Amino acid sequence: MHIMYGFLPIQWVIIWYIISGIVVLFGIYQLTKLLKENPEYKPLLALSGAFMFILSSLKMPSVTGSCSHPCGNALGAILFGVPILSVLSAITLTFQALLLNHGGLDTMGANIFSMGIMGPLAGLLTFKALKGTKLNSTINVGISAIIADWMTYVTTSVELALAYPTPSFQESLMVFLGIFALTQIPLAVAEGILTAVIWDYIKKLRPDILLKLGVIDESEVENKALIEGIGDN
Amino acid sequence: MELKHILMLLVVLGLMAAPLIIYNGKGEDEGYFGGSDDSASKILSEKYGVEEKQPFYWTPPSGEIESLLFALQAAIGAIIIGYFIGYYKGIAKGKGINV
Repeated sequence: MHIMYGFLPIQWVIIWYIISGIVVLFGIYQLTKLLKENPEYKPLLALSGAFMFILSSLKMPSVTGSCSHPCGNALGAILFGVPILSVLSAITLTFQALLLNHGGLDTMGANIFSMGIMGPLAGLLTFKALKGTKLNSTINVGISAIIADWMTYVTTSVELALAYPTPSFQESLMVFLGIFALTQIPLAVAEGILTAVIWDYIKKLRPDILLKLGVIDESEVENKALIEGIGDN
Repeated sequence: MELKHILMLLVVLGLMAAPLIIYNGKGEDEGYFGGSDDSASKILSEKYGVEEKQPFYWTPPSGEIESLLFALQAAIGAIIIGYFIGYYKGIAKGKGINV
C-alpha cells in the first residue's frame, strides 16, 4: 500500500498533499479539542495509534504467494472519526518513511489518503450502516476493519492508475488491483479478526467510554458496575 | 483470555500458516513471498519507466538495520497496547470488578 519514494509524478505529489493536508489539519484541530474536553479518551487514542503502528509493521504472507501488510486503521476511525485517524496515520507513515524507507516523504500525501482517509472512511461507513441492524458491535467492527483494509489497497491502486493511465485508466487500474486486491483478502480477514479481539477487550474493560462515544448500546455492557460513575478515570 | 479470543487468534494463525505450508520450499527467487508494494514498484519501473530514486533524507543502510527498526515499530505499538489494557484491568479490579 505504501507508494515508494519517487514513484509519483510531481503534480500528484502536490494534489495528494493538498487533499490529505486539509483532512490532517482538521484532524489536529479536532484532536486538540477532544483532548481538552475529554482527557479520559487519551489512553484509547494512544491504543488506536499503537494498534496501527503494530499492524502496519507486520508483513504477512498471503495465500496468493506474496506478502503484504494490514493497516489497523478501522479502530481509530470508528472511535474518533476519520480526521483524527488521519493524524494518527500521518505519525505512523512519517516513522516508516523516515526510518524504514517504507513509503516516502514525497508520496506521504497519497499514502495518508489511502491508509488514513479512504480506507478508514469506508470502514466507518460500514460500521455506521451495520450499527442499525442490531449486530453485535464486535462482529460489526471485524467486518468494518476488513472493508477498511481492503479499501486502503484499492485506493492505492486508483492512485497509481491515475498517475500512470497508460494505455488507459481502467487497464492500468486492473494491473494494480491485480497486485493488491487479491493478495489483500486473507490479510484483511486477519486484520478484521485482530481488530475484533482488541475491540472486545475495550468493550469489556471500558464500556463507559464506548457508550459515551455512542458506538455501542447499553445492552452490550457485560458488567453494569463499570458504567456507574462515568467520568472517573 | 476467553476461549473465543483464543479461537479467533488461532484463525489468524491458520491464515498466516496456510501460505507457508502451501508454498513450502519455494522462495523469493521463484517469485514467492515477495512484497506487494515491491511488485507495484517493479511494474512501475518495467512498464512505465519510473526510475527508483535515492531519497534525499536518511535511509536504513542495510536489511539488518531495517528489520531492527521494523521490530522497534511493532514493539512500541505492543507496549502501549499492553500498558493500557493492563491499566484498564487494574482500574476495574480497584473497583472490585473482576474482568
